[in-house]
Order: sequence, then structure tokens, then C-alpha cells
Amino acid sequence: MTQMKIPVVRNILQANDRLAAANRKRFDDAGIFVINLMSSPGAGKTSLLEKTIDGLAGRIKMAVIEGDLQSDFDAERIQRRGVQAVQINTEGGCHLDGNMVQIALEALNLDSVELLIIENVGNLVCPAEFNLGEHEKVMILSVTEGDDKPLKYPLMFQLCSALLINKVDLLPYTDCNVQKIRQSAHQLNADQKIFELSCRTGEGLPEWLDWLEEKVRAFRKTQN
Amino acid sequence: MSIAQSLLNIVLEEGRKHRLKKVKKINLHVGALSAVVPDSLKFCFDLLAQSTIACGASLEIEMVPIIARCSECKEPFEVEDHVYLCPHCGQPSLELISGRELSLTSIEGETGDTDDADEDSSSAKYPAG
Repeated sequence: MTQMKIPVVRNILQANDRLAAANRKRFDDAGIFVINLMSSPGAGKTSLLEKTIDGLAGRIKMAVIEGDLQSDFDAERIQRRGVQAVQINTEGGCHLDGNMVQIALEALNLDSVELLIIENVGNLVCPAEFNLGEHEKVMILSVTEGDDKPLKYPLMFQLCSALLINKVDLLPYTDCNVQKIRQSAHQLNADQKIFELSCRTGEGLPEWLDWLEEKVRAFRKTQN
Repeated sequence: MSIAQSLLNIVLEEGRKHRLKKVKKINLHVGALSAVVPDSLKFCFDLLAQSTIACGASLEIEMVPIIARCSECKEPFEVEDHVYLCPHCGQPSLELISGRELSLTSIEGETGDTDDADEDSSSAKYPAG
């Protein structure tokens, strides 16, 4: 027996990063702006998507990839609104990865699509580590989850360029302090754009829609 | 779990390359900002590594502190309690020098006495997840 020590400096997630880079190139070549939408379960990702589809109808051509552990309820909800949607079932996996997105892309007709939103599996931890090839990461935090979340899940809050504080219509019934969320989120990421909104009442949605439309237009300008 | 799987894939690949019969120790760097919990990674790795050359290998995890560099005065500083503000000039900074590592640094193991084999005991397929 010979004992040996092999120095190997390798990033454990390099296989995923490679796939994400390939996806990204595909998006860039096709001029599609891509968002990786993340949150805890039940924070309102699919509701936000529905409102976003309705709000951007006639403004931006969208497609959606839905990630869930099981079921295709969410993709059906999206398709009912007349937008292409493909469902990824992770069969227990707690996040999407670059490979799953690559496979899902085969099921979409990307011609003339300007914006692709990938709804990740509900989870504030693992999705932050796995790039999918997106241009921006966006997250939702609902006020019922509590104002301590940014410092409990710092990586997620730090990586997201926009934070949507959802369900603000429920604020009178919670002890959530929105100012505290803003402060700790900005402490992690001073450039983060923060929106306060309610998918239920529609409050705050126009600001989000305008920001998103502007992002898509600015991106497409750089691609031409 | 899929981080443990990716790690195992790399360890088995390197093990084959260097003709290891047994992997005893795996040294890793994990950034304090990464979403990895060392105990969970160890648990998942042990499960996945059963019946491979890495079965029973110990994971030695070195945590790497979060270091940022100030965008104004260019001074590096350690981020404590998730305060990303330069202690020298008070500017917010997101330029990370370290803290997001998730990397393998070395593998320790044993090779067989004789270099006879092309035998490949580690080519079993593993489910993703």
C-alpha cells in the first residue's frame, strides 16, 4: 500500500456552472432576458407570475419554466393565461439546476420570446447556490414569514438584484417590520431594488412591472 | 444532496486518475457564506459513498471567512454578522474576495501494491438528486 495525498483544486459545483454558462449563451444569442425567481414555499411566486403575465400582456412576450417537487398545477395555472409554460418536477430535489433547465428549454418554442421567468423550487437555501444561466436573480419574501429572514438566509438576499416584499395587505395582522427587512437586506446588498406589493390587491405591482419591462428593454438593446 | 453527489463524482474521477484503491480523507474549503451545512454534507456524502472507494472517507472541512474589498478605498475587510460595510470608510461593498468557496483542495488515500489493474470498481451509476 502506498499512501498518497493528491492536491486537487476543483470547484464542487463546476459541472453545474458549466451547464449554466451554456444556457446563458443560448439566452444571450436568442436575446432572451432570464430571471431566476426564488422564495420560500407559499410566498407567492406563482401568484406574482400570474399578475406579471397579465400586467405585461401586449408589452413583453414571455415564457415560463415552473420548478416543483411534484405536480404540474403551477404550469397549468400559467398556461391558462395564454403563456407558454413547461413544468420541471424535481421528484424531491430542493432546487433547480443547470441541467434541468437545459432539458426544459427543449420543450419551449423560444422564437420571439423576450423574457423567460424560471420559477425555482420554494426554498431559501439551496437555489442560491445553483446558477441556471439567468441574468438576474429575484426573490419574494412575504410579510408573514417574518422580518428576520434576510440575516437567516444571507446568501439568497445578497445575490438577488430585486427583493419583492409580498402580502403587504396583511401587515396590520402581523408583527413584521418592513423597515427592518429593508435595513438588513440593504446591509447584505446595498444595490438591491426593493418593492413592497400585494398580489392580492395589486398594490405596488405597477412599479415592479415597469422595472421589469425596463430591464428587458435595456438588455435587448445591448444584444442588438 | 446534489452537492454531495457532485463532490463524490469529482473524488471518484480523481481517484481513478491516480489509481487509488481507497480514499481516506477529503479536504474541502467551504465559505462561510455558502449554503452548505457541514454536518449535512457529511451525512449525505457517507450515504452516497457506500460501496465506492470513498466509503468511510472523512471529510475535513475548513471554513473560509467572508472577506470583502471596499469599492472606494480598496481595503479588504472581514465581514462579521453580515455587515457589508467597509470599516475604514463606511462604504457598502459587495466585492467578495472569499466566503463563497465550495471546493475540493486535496484527496488522501492508498494505491494498491501492484499497478495491475484497469479495474474500475467505481463506475456504478448514481441517481441525481
